[in-house]
Amino acid sequence: MSVQTWTWILVGITFSLYFGIAIWARAGSTKEFYIAGGGVSPLANGMATAADWMSAASFISMAGIISFSGYDGSVYLMGWTGGYVLLALLLAPYLRKFGKFTVPDFIGDRYYSNTARTVAVFCALIVSFTYVAGQMRGVGIVFSQFLQVQIHWGVIIGMCVVLFFAFLGGMKGITYTQVAQYCVLIFAFMVPAIFISIKMTGNPIPQLGMGDTLENGNYLLDTLDELHTKLGFNEYTTGSKSKWDVFAITCALMVGTAGLPHVIVRFFTVAKVRDARKSAGLALLFIAILYTTAPAIAVFSRTNLIETVSEKSYSEIPEWFTNWEDTGLIAWADKNNDGKIQYIAGSALEGKKPIFTNERGSHGQRMIENASMKTANELYVDRDIMVLANPEIANLPNWIIALVAAGGLAAALSTAAGLLLVISTSVSRDLVKMQLRPNISEKSELRVARGSIVVAVLIAGIFGIYPPGFVAAVVALAFGLAAASFFPAIILGIFDKRMNREGAIAGMVVGITLMLFYMIRYKTGLIGVMDPQPSSEWWFGTSPEGFGTIAMVVNFMVSIVVSRMTPAPPKEVQEIVENIRIPSGAGEAIDH
Amino acid sequence: MSNKNAKEYWSKNLRYLSILLSIWFVVSYVCGILLVDQLNTFRLGGFKLGFWFAQQGSIYVFVVLIFVYVNWMNKLDKEYGFDEE
Repeated sequence: MSVQTWTWILVGITFSLYFGIAIWARAGSTKEFYIAGGGVSPLANGMATAADWMSAASFISMAGIISFSGYDGSVYLMGWTGGYVLLALLLAPYLRKFGKFTVPDFIGDRYYSNTARTVAVFCALIVSFTYVAGQMRGVGIVFSQFLQVQIHWGVIIGMCVVLFFAFLGGMKGITYTQVAQYCVLIFAFMVPAIFISIKMTGNPIPQLGMGDTLENGNYLLDTLDELHTKLGFNEYTTGSKSKWDVFAITCALMVGTAGLPHVIVRFFTVAKVRDARKSAGLALLFIAILYTTAPAIAVFSRTNLIETVSEKSYSEIPEWFTNWEDTGLIAWADKNNDGKIQYIAGSALEGKKPIFTNERGSHGQRMIENASMKTANELYVDRDIMVLANPEIANLPNWIIALVAAGGLAAALSTAAGLLLVISTSVSRDLVKMQLRPNISEKSELRVARGSIVVAVLIAGIFGIYPPGFVAAVVALAFGLAAASFFPAIILGIFDKRMNREGAIAGMVVGITLMLFYMIRYKTGLIGVMDPQPSSEWWFGTSPEGFGTIAMVVNFMVSIVVSRMTPAPPKEVQEIVENIRIPSGAGEAIDH
Repeated sequence: MSNKNAKEYWSKNLRYLSILLSIWFVVSYVCGILLVDQLNTFRLGGFKLGFWFAQQGSIYVFVVLIFVYVNWMNKLDKEYGFDEE
C-alpha cells in the first residue's frame, strides 16, 4: 500500500478514537469542564500533561533544530524538561492544596484583590494567545504536509477537530483524548528512532546508540565532529553562543515552563496533593522519553544527511532527496557546475526560503532564483524534514512513515486543545463569574465557557491562516512572558507569607511590561513604527529569548521591596498560606 | 495538627527542597553550561562528558529528582500525620 493510503487509514483510526473518547467524556458541570471533575489518576494526568506539553514543535521541529545547532540546541532540551522539577517541587502540590480552578483564581485569592486577578487574567491571555497562534499554524502545516491539502484547509480541519472535543468535553474530554494522543505520538516518535539507531550503530536504544560506534569502529559523535570541521561548520558537540546567553535562555525556558497556565492547570485535575507530586514526576518521565531521543535523532540524521549528499553527484542521489526537493524543503543550486552537491558552512540562499523558478536545470534539479553567490554552499535543507524524512532516509516501510503523520497530528492537536481551554476558562470563570456576573448560574457559566472556546478557536484559526510575521518569533517568547509575570507571584505567594497585594501586582506589571518592551525593541519591532534593534544593542548581551530571566529577577526584586514598604496581608490570608503548606485535607477542588 | 508540628514539617520540607534544587542546578547549569568545556575533556564512552550532561544526563537526573522528592515527602507526610488517608 502507498504512504498516502496508509496515512489516511492511520489518521482515520486515531481520529475516530479521539472522537469516541470525546463523546464518552462529555462534561455536565463546570467542575468537569474546568478540571475534569478533579478525580483524574496520576498516571492519566501524567500522560495528558506530556501530550499537552509536547507540541508539533517538539515532535517535528526540535530534533531538526538540534541537528543544525548541535550543542547550542541543549537550551531546549534542558529548558523544557528542567522546568518540571520547579513545577513538582515548588508549585504543583501547593496549588493543588489550594484547590481552585485556575492560576488567576490563586492570584486573586492569595492577594485578596480583583486587580491582581485581572492582571493575572491579562497575563494568562497574552501568554496563551502567543503560544496558540503558533500551534494552529503547526496544525495546518502538518495536515497539509500529510494529507496533501492546502495549509488553510489544514487549519480549518484542525479547528473543527479541536473544537469538537474541547466544546463537548471541556477539560474532561481533553484530558482523556490527550492520554490517547500521548500513546500515539510517543509510539510514532520512537519506532523510526529505534530502527535508525539499529541501522547506524547496531544499538536498539537510541539514547545509547548516539554514543556508540559505527560499523568502522569509530564513535558516531567523533565522526560527526570531524565531518563538521572538515566542511567548515562549528564542531557539533561544542557551542557557538555565549555562555551567559545559553544560561539565560535555559533559565527563561525552565521558569517559563513552570509558569505556563495550561501546564499548571493540569495539576488541579488530580484528587490529592500526593497525586499532584506523583503526576508531575510521571509527566516528566513521559516527556523525557521523547526529549532524550530527540538529540539522538538529531545526530543520526545529521550524519546521514552529510554522508548521503556531500560531494555526491545529483544524478546518483536517493529518491527521498528529490521527493523533498519537489515539496520545496530541499533546494540545490549547482554553483560551480560540477554536477555534485557541495554542502559546507554558510547560507546557500539570499533570504530564508528558496524561491523556485518553473524550470529544471541540466541535471534535472529544480532551479532557484535566489542562490547566494557569496558562499560556495550549494544546499538548502529545511530543518523540519529531519524527523519527517528520517523514515524515508532509513528506508523504513510505508506504514511507519504514515505513523509519523498520525503522531505529528496528535502532538499538534493536544497542545492546541489544552491552550484553548485555558483561554476560555480565563474568560468564563476569571472574568465573567468572578468579576462581571458573580450570580451567574452554573448552566449559563458553562454556556459562556463553551461560547468562549468557539471564539478562541476562531481567533487562533485566523492567526493560523494569516500568520502575522511575528508569530513564529513570538512563540519562543511566550516562555519569557510567563517567567516574567506568573512565576514570581506564585512562588512568593507560597513561600513568602509577608508578600502582599501591592508587591505582587507591582511585580507582575513591571515584569511583563519590561519583557514586552524588550521583545518589541529587539525582536518583533513595532509594525510601521520601529524595526527591531540589532543584537549589538542587547542589554548585557542577552537575547530576547533569554531576557525572561532578567525580567523575572526584576519582578522578584520589585515585589519584595514594595511588599516590605506596604502593610502586611490580612490574617486570614496568612492562614491560607499556612494551610496550603500542609497536604492533608485537600479535599476536592472547591466550587463556590 | 499543632502549630509547632506544622513549623517543623515546613522547615524539613525546605531543607529537602534546597538539597534537591542544588543538585538540579549543578547538573544543568554547572555541568551542562558553565563547566561544559572543562568536562568535555573527559569522556563517557562515545560522549564528551559536558555534552552528555547537556543533552542526556541532566534530563535523567531531573526525572530521578522528582521521584526522590515524591518519596521523601510521602514519608514526611506520614511522620507528621499530614498524609491523606
